[in-house]
Amino acid sequence: MKALINQPDQVVTEALQGMVMAAPDLIQLHENPHYVLRADAPKTGKVALVSGGGSGHEPMHAGFVGRGMLDAACPGAIFTSPTPDQIQAASAAVNGGQGILHIVKNYTGDVLNFQMAAELLQNDGIEIHSVVIDDDVAVKDSLYTAGRRGVGATVLAEKICGAAAEAGANLNAITALCTSINDSARSMGLALSPCTNPETGQPSFTLGENEIEYGIGIHGEPGRQRIPWQPADNLTEKLMLPIIEDLPFKRGDEVLLFINGLGATPLLELNIVYRAAEKLASQHGLKVSRRLVGAYMTSLDMAGVSITLLRLDESMRTYWDAPVCTPALRWGC
Amino acid sequence: MAYAVASLMQWITCAEEQFQSHLAELNALDAAIGDGDHGSNLARGFAKVREKLQANPPETPASLFKLVGMTLISTVGGASGPLYGSFFLEAGKIAGEQKELDNATLARCLQAGLVGIQRLGKAEAGDKTMIDALEPAIRALTNEADMGVATQKAREGRDATIPLIARKGRASYLGERAIGHADPGATSACLLLNCLAGACPT
Repeated sequence: MKALINQPDQVVTEALQGMVMAAPDLIQLHENPHYVLRADAPKTGKVALVSGGGSGHEPMHAGFVGRGMLDAACPGAIFTSPTPDQIQAASAAVNGGQGILHIVKNYTGDVLNFQMAAELLQNDGIEIHSVVIDDDVAVKDSLYTAGRRGVGATVLAEKICGAAAEAGANLNAITALCTSINDSARSMGLALSPCTNPETGQPSFTLGENEIEYGIGIHGEPGRQRIPWQPADNLTEKLMLPIIEDLPFKRGDEVLLFINGLGATPLLELNIVYRAAEKLASQHGLKVSRRLVGAYMTSLDMAGVSITLLRLDESMRTYWDAPVCTPALRWGC
Repeated sequence: MAYAVASLMQWITCAEEQFQSHLAELNALDAAIGDGDHGSNLARGFAKVREKLQANPPETPASLFKLVGMTLISTVGGASGPLYGSFFLEAGKIAGEQKELDNATLARCLQAGLVGIQRLGKAEAGDKTMIDALEPAIRALTNEADMGVATQKAREGRDATIPLIARKGRASYLGERAIGHADPGATSACLLLNCLAGACPT
């Protein structure tokens, strides 16, 4: 495999070092254990927001550390959740005395490691709340699975809750807001190509020239179904309809529409998907009032897209519009 | 017959070698129904374990198990880090201050480890996880079967995961597409128990 790396086992560390060097005014890096924190951390008197997960999803999560979003992010090895001691250290480093919210994507490893970290922190007398994000409609939510995966809604929750924390909301209010975002958001994705983990050099699965993995996750795990290629408008409809039907989104709902690239799909194509998705939303009577298009939660070099719809209320909209100053999401500062 | 700390060190050293030499195979199994890094993660964790054992050789089975458990939790990540880590931590709690473990005590340690894994991961037999290899093997040891029988049970348990739909972990997202693949966690659990069978009690 050809890739812009040096040593396979140094990929995560060197990428973090570079990321922080490129945004020294916003973030800083702690090594061993690895975590990225706000340049001005800890912020006394503010609820701290901490997230984390496997690497390979850049800019998530470290790219969302900064004023108005996360206080710290814990990057694990590629596609591997961070460890409890790492999460504990990051949380303690940004503790501003008003409690900490852990925003956790629903994957068995992430949930277990954050749960162990929360127990360690609570033993130290730090108040910890956790919200598990599980917005992926591609997964059957039943007793017979690990539950729905956390995908695009994570980015929206981190932005909106980060603004609430910056505005001085307390831990209970931010936890309730985060839960409400998760309850009001649904996502689904598809892949045109697998991804290749630079630590192993192996593609995550093989896909024929004309095949698409429909209902893909973000770790290179195969989707639920393999379908033949079809035009972007058709594929967009295949993602939008299950999303709309699941919540369900209803006529008159105000929504945020988020088109997310999985890593190797050009913005040109994401815009074509956005065009189709907004038309479909309008046809279903949804009022798209906020938008986000770009690669924010990726799966290494996977080509593909995920779509997230969030039903907005006034406070979510206000906090979405509030300033955010992070390496990957930046407005109003 | 009893397992002194030196025998148990052999177990862990063997596990490290096995996870290293089966790294690609475990990754390939994981790639089929997960994300393809189970071998890499375990190899990284057990390499760190070996480093720490060499720097600070433990004096009792309990301190060995605790060191292994804590190191796996802090280096493996994913689900397998906390799960295998809890297995050793819980086993260590049963080992107490004893210098060596007789067969019955070792079986009780492993049983406690299994309970620890299930408390955290909430998987049961038949969910297509490491439990499918660990549970029948440890049950056999509890019933005073010899190590050869136990490892045979583990292998049968691993093979029995092939036709299953996964109900836990990332493979559960695949539904019927998980059928036809051995579970990587059951496979690594099998390797771990094989090494225990090779660790000679004195």
